Amino acid sequence: MNATIRLQREDFDAAAESAKLSRGRTDIGALVTFTGICRDNESGHGVAAMTLEHYPGMAEEEITRHVKDAQARWPLMGVTVIHRYGRMTPGDNIVLVVTASAHREAAFEAANYLMDFLKTKAPFWKLEERPDGKNWVDAKSADDEAAQRWRT
Amino acid sequence: MRLLYFAWVRERVGKTDEDISPPADVRTVAELMEWLAGRGEEYAYAFENRKVIRAAIDRNHVRPDTAIAGAREIAFFPPMTGG
Repeated sequence: MNATIRLQREDFDAAAESAKLSRGRTDIGALVTFTGICRDNESGHGVAAMTLEHYPGMAEEEITRHVKDAQARWPLMGVTVIHRYGRMTPGDNIVLVVTASAHREAAFEAANYLMDFLKTKAPFWKLEERPDGKNWVDAKSADDEAAQRWRT
Repeated sequence: MRLLYFAWVRERVGKTDEDISPPADVRTVAELMEWLAGRGEEYAYAFENRKVIRAAIDRNHVRPDTAIAGAREIAFFPPMTGG
């Protein structure tokens, strides 16, 4: 299966990445593209920018482990995961997940699964720049609960 | 073994990485954190709330009771907030 995993400082083109996965194929019936974007507001306070720190080496390996898990759980024909690091401002892309399958359930579920694990297991940390200073974002229990539902 | 620190653990310790040789009676990840906390003010601050700190051995998530014997690289960091 076709799997692309990239960590990069540069922006990505979600439409181009998505097109790349399905180009020249007629067996793909469902393509899900999820883009996570930097917001200007978090729980009522303004966010001027955000810096994503990552653990080089482990981040790639951890994402690869979860892409392999996703391939084992659903009949996927292609997966692309791109996660950015460095400083981002509101409106900037942060993360991209593209999944391709014959049918929509597998593509939707695999994309959801990968995002749940990127939020809770991939070694990335967000530092927000707020009007009152810089602040490391706290992990959300809702994200942990979302990841828990895949444990079967 | 090499230690790596990320996010606020890195900021509090004041370095990104270092090589250490803990004494033989430091056997687990939790014991290593306890030993590190006794190495000075900055370490005590970084490891004051050890329950929230996560660890990875050779780039795999591990639990506090995991043995550190044979580890080449141990990383300490807060709960992850990617995606």
